[in-house]
Amino acid sequence: MRASLSDLPLVFDRVSQRAGATAILDRISLAIGPGAPTLVVGPNGSGKTTFLRISMGLTKPSEGMVSWGGRTETRPMRRAFLFQEPVMLRRSAAANIAYGLAQAGYPRKGRAARVEELLDRVGLLELAGRPARRLSGGEQQRLALARALARDPEVLLLDEPTASLDPAATRYVEEIVLMAARSGTKIVMASHDLGQVRRLAGDVLFMVRGRLIEQASADDFFEHPTTPEAAAFIRGDLVL
Amino acid sequence: MPDSMSAWQLVASGDATLFAIVRLSLAVSLSAVAIAGVIGLPLGAILALTRFPGRTALVVVLNGFMGLPPVVVGLTVYLLLSRSGPLGELGLLFTPTAMIIAQSLLVLPIVAALTRQTIEDLWSEYGDELTAMGVGPSGRVATLLWDGRFSLITAMLAGFGRAAAEVGTVMIVGGNIEGFTRTMTTAIALETSKGNLPLAMGLGLILISLILVINAAAWGVRAWSEQRAG
Repeated sequence: MRASLSDLPLVFDRVSQRAGATAILDRISLAIGPGAPTLVVGPNGSGKTTFLRISMGLTKPSEGMVSWGGRTETRPMRRAFLFQEPVMLRRSAAANIAYGLAQAGYPRKGRAARVEELLDRVGLLELAGRPARRLSGGEQQRLALARALARDPEVLLLDEPTASLDPAATRYVEEIVLMAARSGTKIVMASHDLGQVRRLAGDVLFMVRGRLIEQASADDFFEHPTTPEAAAFIRGDLVL
Repeated sequence: MPDSMSAWQLVASGDATLFAIVRLSLAVSLSAVAIAGVIGLPLGAILALTRFPGRTALVVVLNGFMGLPPVVVGLTVYLLLSRSGPLGELGLLFTPTAMIIAQSLLVLPIVAALTRQTIEDLWSEYGDELTAMGVGPSGRVATLLWDGRFSLITAMLAGFGRAAAEVGTVMIVGGNIEGFTRTMTTAIALETSKGNLPLAMGLGLILISLILVINAAAWGVRAWSEQRAG
């Protein structure tokens, strides 16, 4: 189906993103390899979305270099992105997934069966024929997840996918994400919900005002934060 | 078409000449809109999705051409098709084909300009998602045209309204030949100049009714498909 090119490790080399005098991202260097979910944590405006967009190749950084498996071309090979508010195509739920499969080069034969499998995986099988835009917010987010997973991604980037969902819908989305992680997809997900970070994270990137100030395993991050900002954030204090 | 009868009497009596005129009007205008759609929809979408030097100027010109004077388009096509013109050998002047060509040129900027605006607006919503899915240029055009289909029906109707209502180009390149290139609008112009105002007015009402019926049908199709596709 695809060349065996890998998009991992995802490497940032002194990456900055500037808007005028403000640094949205400030000289970020890191490498993300396969493994348990990486949660990108920080207050609003800390640069999480920009970090994810650059990780996907949607935004070109103003400085520095990004590479995926050693390559610098931005076309997403084995990456997928889940937006906070995904765009549903004006067609049925099933057709939205079929579209994702077609774009990923999935052979036409067997596409219908794969659509069913993915719909089933996110619990939307009985809504297959429903216009996607008529689905509820939580259902749309699950459908978008199925569409992203249709790409059979090696890396799945998620930008606060549960920010506008209720707890039941949030749990549903988290379960699907964990299932994807267990089947080998690298999850990189932004969140400012500490409960969610505790539930999902293998390791944590903690960002404040465009800087990456802590990169640790989830256990270390919560038990032994090394910066006062991280300690304050974990305590639930306001970090600006 | 007997002058003594009113348009409604002609309709009621199933007057063959009247129906030939209505049929030709519809055939010419609908063909012109179809041709303008086949060219204008992808053209507008491509213009919306690409960036090149001079693009802004092209968009401004295209928007301006929505107001092309029909008589000027008619005159231009006339010069092209006239016996001594570059396409004179085709012998198309004063035929329905010439009328279709002229109306297509008139409608094309309307369809292309409205498509360009619709697709550009859609792109601002869809852009990130399609880029993230790795959709290439031709896929973007196809996807956005399909997802914009409800708004684009309105663009096509605007084009049809323009074609069905205009008299300038069909008069010049068609010549208003009875039984061959006479349309609703040229017949109205002729009957008015002959002083047969009741017939002219009647024909006008028939033309308006037809345009309303076609718009209502398109609206119905739109509502029905929107119901199904969300």
